[in-house]
Amino acid sequence: MNMEPRGMETHAETEIAELFDKLHQDLPGATDVSRSREAAFAAFRQNGLPHRRVEDWKYSDLRNRLKSVPGFAARRDDTAAAAILAAAGDVYGAVDRYRLVIVDGQFHAGLSDLTALAAEGAVVRPLAEALADEGAELFEVPEIAADNAAVGLNAIFCADGLVLTIADKARLSKPVEIVHALSGDAPVSTAERVVVKAGAGSEVTLLETFVGGTEGSFANSVSDFRVASGAKLVAARLQTEAAGTTHVGTALVTQAEDSAVKLIGAGIGAGFARHQSFVRFAGENARADLLGITMVRGGQHVDQTLVVDHAVPHCDSRELFKTVVDDDAKGVFQGKIIVRPHAQKTDGQMMTQSLLLSEHADMALKPELEIFADDVQCAHGATSGQIDEDLLFYLRARGIPEAEARTLLVLAFLSEAVEEIGDEVVVEAFEERIRSWLSAKE
Amino acid sequence: MLEIKNLHARIADDGAEILRGIDLTVKPGEVHAIMGPNGSGKSTLSYILAGKEDYEVTEGDILFNGESILEMAPEERASAGVFLAFQYPIEIPGVATMTFLKTAMNAQRKARGEEELSTPEFMRRVKDKAGELQVTMDMLKRPLNVGFSGGEKKRAEILQMALLEPSLCVLDETDSGLDIDALRVVADGVNKLRSPERSSIVITHYQRLLDHIVPDVVHVLSKGRIVKTGGKELALELEKNGYAEFVGAAA
Repeated sequence: MNMEPRGMETHAETEIAELFDKLHQDLPGATDVSRSREAAFAAFRQNGLPHRRVEDWKYSDLRNRLKSVPGFAARRDDTAAAAILAAAGDVYGAVDRYRLVIVDGQFHAGLSDLTALAAEGAVVRPLAEALADEGAELFEVPEIAADNAAVGLNAIFCADGLVLTIADKARLSKPVEIVHALSGDAPVSTAERVVVKAGAGSEVTLLETFVGGTEGSFANSVSDFRVASGAKLVAARLQTEAAGTTHVGTALVTQAEDSAVKLIGAGIGAGFARHQSFVRFAGENARADLLGITMVRGGQHVDQTLVVDHAVPHCDSRELFKTVVDDDAKGVFQGKIIVRPHAQKTDGQMMTQSLLLSEHADMALKPELEIFADDVQCAHGATSGQIDEDLLFYLRARGIPEAEARTLLVLAFLSEAVEEIGDEVVVEAFEERIRSWLSAKE
Repeated sequence: MLEIKNLHARIADDGAEILRGIDLTVKPGEVHAIMGPNGSGKSTLSYILAGKEDYEVTEGDILFNGESILEMAPEERASAGVFLAFQYPIEIPGVATMTFLKTAMNAQRKARGEEELSTPEFMRRVKDKAGELQVTMDMLKRPLNVGFSGGEKKRAEILQMALLEPSLCVLDETDSGLDIDALRVVADGVNKLRSPERSSIVITHYQRLLDHIVPDVVHVLSKGRIVKTGGKELALELEKNGYAEFVGAAA
């Protein structure tokens, strides 16, 4: 990657190397999968954990954050996994949906709705099993994510997860929730991967929830959405992990022609979180909508990083990211739109806005456009501000107490992004999380 | 109802003195008009009554129903019965008008120890008053004041006033930006609220509004002081001769 000599290996880096020595013989997959892991591990040995002198990680120094890396949990039986799942809470409560359950990085078929999904043309396999016969193809990632340290770290250790294959033209009658639950009793590391293959003309709404965890937990998941021609995929990712957790979550999206993807992310939990999205247009006339809602307080650090690769002509991308930062917390937004030389008629629009609720709240914004084609429309905007005192006075002058007025104004700030979600189930779940976040303020 | 005693106030940021000793007593049921040239302190007085923190009272007091309100937060004053109709009603994107109205009405009721309104009762009240003020359902469905014309904003202010039923209404240049038809609708709305228990302070530049909302007392404000007080005929005199005579007198 570069010739800069590395500094001293950190304790966490030593632990990662030791974990790989101990585990790699037993990790699933045939020879080609092992080779992928070896290659990823070699890159890790060279670069270590990503840190602030690596441009992509400038504002989110994972090496500094990770003082220690806990071991990976042994696979639990379904009863134990169900208890962890129940303790982590049910974000979607009464919503009628299919559930696929991953606990501490391991997929639990026995807790998942496989039969009903299969009847609708959606087949689920444990990743461990799929790696044995589908091989390293499952680890292939878009070029823009190829060098990403977190994706590499996931490939090194990924032992399970799931592959969801949706048949051509299948339109699932209910949303599919993929729960990623972490044990709250003792810290573990996880490195699961979810691969979704949405067939041509299929339609699905995925609800990915990241819940649970405890002080020292380190979750590093990858969700890889491969969307065939004409398919419509909505993926709503809601992260509400416990305060002491370190969360790295990556969404990879590859879109064929005429497909439409809406990727919605809410980052509310974890002490340190990095949410990454990499979207690649592989076919023309596709559209991607990326929405993000981030709310941080206390000493939290939450990063939203996205890269959209217009590799082909005639695709549209829209990004709208809202961040609310309180106390001493830090928010980060990095967004890059790449337009390749022949990707004419690209339309890419990115907006990021942040609301700082305290004197010490910190927000880093880095919007980037890399445009190599000449007939394109691209724009980006970034704003950062505080609650408008005139608006606050107006509400108070009508009798609304200050705290309630502030809550109304924060909701108003987020409303534009919430309205864009469209899906009622997701809107309700997100609004509930937003309200409970706001009411938790002493 | 309201007693303003020797009120001095300045802008908190730069210390510029705006009000230089205002004395004003408003009895229950009375309508007082305050007129005066630009920069005389009319809007400042209305903001100070409502509790805006940009201003600092350096001397004097404001008694509302016999008690000082200087230490009260804006929301406490509102719940006690003070209402300011803003000269420039503020647009709040993302806050639905109906949500805002319900939140405000119930917040005031809660502060006074009253039951919150049920949704049907709330809807009934809004529909009744909105009809009278020609505030359409379409307007009520929009975010607060967003995309409203100047006249629509002023009608929406009076709608809020009618729903919140204050005992002291302060109207800050409610006539600005209104054509003659809109002026009549707004004035009718205000007149409907006149009662022996409710008082109003109407701040305006022009006599025109006072043809519709006929005041009991007219004051001329200049350089932060009331320089002349009279009956409704004083407004006519001002319309004819301008402020020059009084402004000069205060200098």
